Amino acid sequence: MTEHGSIIYLEGVTVDYDGFKALNNLNFIVNHRELRVVIGPNGAGKTTLLDVISGKTKPAAGRVIFGKDTDLIGMREYEITQLGIGRKFQAPSIYGNLTVWENLDLSLSRASKGVLCTLRGRSTAAERTHIDEALATIGLTEQAFLRAGSLSHGQKQWLEIGMVMLQDPELLLVDEPVAGMTDEETVQTGRLLQSLAEKHAIVVIEHDMEFVRQIARTVTVLHEGTVICEGSVEKVQADERVREIYLGRQKVAHG
Amino acid sequence: MAESLAPRSNAERNEGPIFWVVGFALLFVLPVLNVLPAEDSWLHVSDFALNRFGKFLAFAILALGLDLIWGYAGILSLGQGVFFGLGAYCMGMHLMLTIGSEGVYGSALPDFMVWNQVTELPFFWKPFYNFSAAVLAGLLVPAGFALLFGFLAFRSRIRGVYFAIITQALALMAWLIFNRNETNLGGTNGLTDFKTILGFRLSEPGTQLALYVITVLCLGGAYLLCRWIIVSRAGRVLIAIRDSEQRVLFSGYSPANYKLFVFVISAALAGLAGMLYVPQVGIITPAQMGVLPSLEMVIWVAVGGRATLVGAIVGAVGVNLGRSILTNHFPELWPFFLGGLFVVVVLLFPDGVMGITRNVREKIAKRSIRLRKTSVVEEEQA
Repeated sequence: MTEHGSIIYLEGVTVDYDGFKALNNLNFIVNHRELRVVIGPNGAGKTTLLDVISGKTKPAAGRVIFGKDTDLIGMREYEITQLGIGRKFQAPSIYGNLTVWENLDLSLSRASKGVLCTLRGRSTAAERTHIDEALATIGLTEQAFLRAGSLSHGQKQWLEIGMVMLQDPELLLVDEPVAGMTDEETVQTGRLLQSLAEKHAIVVIEHDMEFVRQIARTVTVLHEGTVICEGSVEKVQADERVREIYLGRQKVAHG
Repeated sequence: MAESLAPRSNAERNEGPIFWVVGFALLFVLPVLNVLPAEDSWLHVSDFALNRFGKFLAFAILALGLDLIWGYAGILSLGQGVFFGLGAYCMGMHLMLTIGSEGVYGSALPDFMVWNQVTELPFFWKPFYNFSAAVLAGLLVPAGFALLFGFLAFRSRIRGVYFAIITQALALMAWLIFNRNETNLGGTNGLTDFKTILGFRLSEPGTQLALYVITVLCLGGAYLLCRWIIVSRAGRVLIAIRDSEQRVLFSGYSPANYKLFVFVISAALAGLAGMLYVPQVGIITPAQMGVLPSLEMVIWVAVGGRATLVGAIVGAVGVNLGRSILTNHFPELWPFFLGGLFVVVVLLFPDGVMGITRNVREKIAKRSIRLRKTSVVEEEQA
């Protein structure tokens, strides 16, 4: 099976918040098994881009095509998730009152996530193995039976990445995964994302330029809702306009 | 072996032994103490006490449903009294019709209709001649109403305090509608003066004992149903919705469908509670389904302990027992007591009675570990 063409294709997408154009006639294409990093100053429309793809925000104009020809506009969030688009939020969003294991179990991709199937559903041995593997990948095997609410910030972030991973999405949307992480945690997260990119297409939003250099192959720079530059880290850093609008504010970005 | 690997969250603590012990006590011990000992024996449980207890246990069924939606899924419904009232009126209408011409006016129509100069039985009363139809309606009318209302509310993503306010408005609306004489449901006075149920006289202690036993069985069934739901994966989805609805949505579940499911179950349980309440108490009026009773139901669950099924039952029985005792001795103090109880629980014991017992248990466990440690140290020193 050969996979040609794009996994996600946005054309002429505009999102209008009462006159403020969060996205302005945006074109954005990601190919299969690509690890794409999106950068840009605050308010450039990075999170809005993920909102549009995952169905949280409905664009005023434009097309959003997943895979070969699935039109995502008008679909509900959980339908888009079932199609194979996973999303990791900026602030860790996990289920604090359930155990780590239960968090992963709920996220696992299943044929039906309707009420009746879920009432009768029991985890199969294959699913258990799958969860155990995910626990090992995100390094939370020992914490499996702990309440997820008692994990550290970094561990919560990994747990959520693990949860999204278990949905087995074709496209993974990741919003600022290393915000608030220690240096060591950041490096580990970078490795985790790179290993995931071997199987899935990933779009990462990031502020931390150090981290961008660690993981990025292709970088897209957003500014005021449009793409102003796209290419390798070196190309982007050499671009005059990018220096002007983004790297010039690096002090701000680094906080 | 693989089974033991699956971790269990707090919700899945083993409540089995308690269930059987309490179930046995309610189902056999109390009725036996009602029937066997002489009336002046201290062991004797009076007909009155048993009847009261039956009422509390009916409330406990409602509390289970409320706990399911509020305690587990985190959706505060201030309109459970409406569903309770719908169930109660369904049973009440059947009991009114079985009075036949035994009423004060000797008419085949219920007394209040004669009083209001209604000459023909309204069409929506007719199915209630049949007992099974009335029982079915007592479950399906509240459930159907919850389905419609919940569908609209949850699809529009109304949640949190907005949902609470809208359900409270619902309770007010129901109260207003049922109060009107034109609704043909007895107005302010409600439905009362029932004589028989399925041919048995309601004034007979034997009938009341049977109703009590049926209530206990229904409570047991409701408990098992709720427990089945919360230990399933769907139960964990409910807790997940409470913790992070966004994550649930982006994990491929439709939170709206799950909320609708528990809302409908909770409404049906409230309707069941209402149906069991009516023949035991002998009257249903709009005052039982308005804003205040609906709020009081929330207090039962808060006092007992949210997100524990046993807590919901303990809260419903405990608060109503307290009310019974207090209103006997200091009738005017009850509202202050209830309000005070709610404030104390919210501020000091957010996990209710069950939270307190859990804390005590944990403290004892910790102390015994410490004692063991110190004794080991002492032995070593010796």
